[in-house]
Amino acid sequence: MLASLESPQSRTAGPDPMALESFRVRRLKRETDDTFTLELQPVETACKVTFAPGQFNMLYVFGVGEIPISISGDPARPRTLLHTTREVGAVTRAMRQLSPGDVLGVRGPFGTHWPVEDLEGNDIVIVSGGIGLAPLRPALYHILSRRDRYGRVVLLYGARTPADILYRQELEQWRARFDLEVYATVDRAMSGWRGNVGVVTTLIPRAPFDPLNTVALVCGPEVMMRFTVQELQKRGVGPPTIYLSMERNMKCAVGFCGHCQFGPVFVCKDGPVFRYDRIKDWLVKWEV
Amino acid sequence: MEPLENLLAESAFFKGLDPRYLRLVAGCASHAQFAAGELIFREGDESSRFYVLRAGKVALVINVPGRGPVIIQTLHEGDLLSWSWIVAPYKKYFDARAIELTRAIAIDGEAVRRKCDEDPPFGYELFKRVAAVTGQRLHAARLQLLDLYAGQS
Repeated sequence: MLASLESPQSRTAGPDPMALESFRVRRLKRETDDTFTLELQPVETACKVTFAPGQFNMLYVFGVGEIPISISGDPARPRTLLHTTREVGAVTRAMRQLSPGDVLGVRGPFGTHWPVEDLEGNDIVIVSGGIGLAPLRPALYHILSRRDRYGRVVLLYGARTPADILYRQELEQWRARFDLEVYATVDRAMSGWRGNVGVVTTLIPRAPFDPLNTVALVCGPEVMMRFTVQELQKRGVGPPTIYLSMERNMKCAVGFCGHCQFGPVFVCKDGPVFRYDRIKDWLVKWEV
Repeated sequence: MEPLENLLAESAFFKGLDPRYLRLVAGCASHAQFAAGELIFREGDESSRFYVLRAGKVALVINVPGRGPVIIQTLHEGDLLSWSWIVAPYKKYFDARAIELTRAIAIDGEAVRRKCDEDPPFGYELFKRVAAVTGQRLHAARLQLLDLYAGQS
């Protein structure tokens, strides 16, 4: 089964990828000090919304700007769009100021997706760092909703400090399940923290999965993903069964502008989810 | 209870070690147990013992004036606790405290060090293993230093 895994295919919704749909803010949930989740619903009831786990939307705050943000909600409930992001620039700062009822523009969904349907019958190890958990959450929702079709499912999550742990309540609920192994670690903690301290890659040697029948889904800072791949390979997970979600400066989302070029591919159109062996030579080049 | 020699042979650190060396180490080893919260050693202590963890979790802690005790790493089942017993000046660099009930094999580092001096092939073998552990920890510490998640969007 593993040998037949293919690169994820891009699915772009709608005939005009540049057309904006209006979405209304239903809720803005603060996740940590500097991250928040926007819950959006289409203004037009006839608006068709679908997405696959791992895809992203372009979110436009009127008069401020447009940015790509991964979809972090449940693909089975596509009309409630969830986008988790960190306040890092003018657009996300403006987003943070939005209130329920405010409207913003949405284009998408764009890009490739985690190939969750092709992975049935395998163990799944999800390795996420920081806000990298957001684009993986839809994949986990999908897998958990069809739990009997997968082998062992392991979620490894690394955050900066205990205060930076994303979706904390949900992580605790997942950890309480008997059919999901959840291991979290932080890079640093004060005395009194009873959890793990160390980079997320240190969880991999102890994680319970069968490397010969495991597919890894990885998202986080690029350096973290490079070293995660090394650890996965040390465990025996093969390059064709490792998928990464890449991040670059995406602007148009459809491969026109070239801002997100990564070697021979465009992250917006050919990614963001890539099979590792297809991009591995470019990951170690400083110039791209 | 299973002989210490067998338990050592199963541990990642001693796995594959020549049985005669394993016997030698087992002769310097004993069982140890630490309650949750118990201090195992303190920064600056003589590094006369090291441990192979069998169960539980141990925090390596540095006290930072003005910030308090900071946990820099946690160690778990199978991990080596302390490498400073083999490198001069044989002092502990951190506090080690059990976070939960922890069982370990405690090994007399001074005795093992003497045997390393007497039997250089044995010493070289142990040094290679300690170097591998310290290399992994140095690598992990460098990644921690990068503070990768700061400013991630």
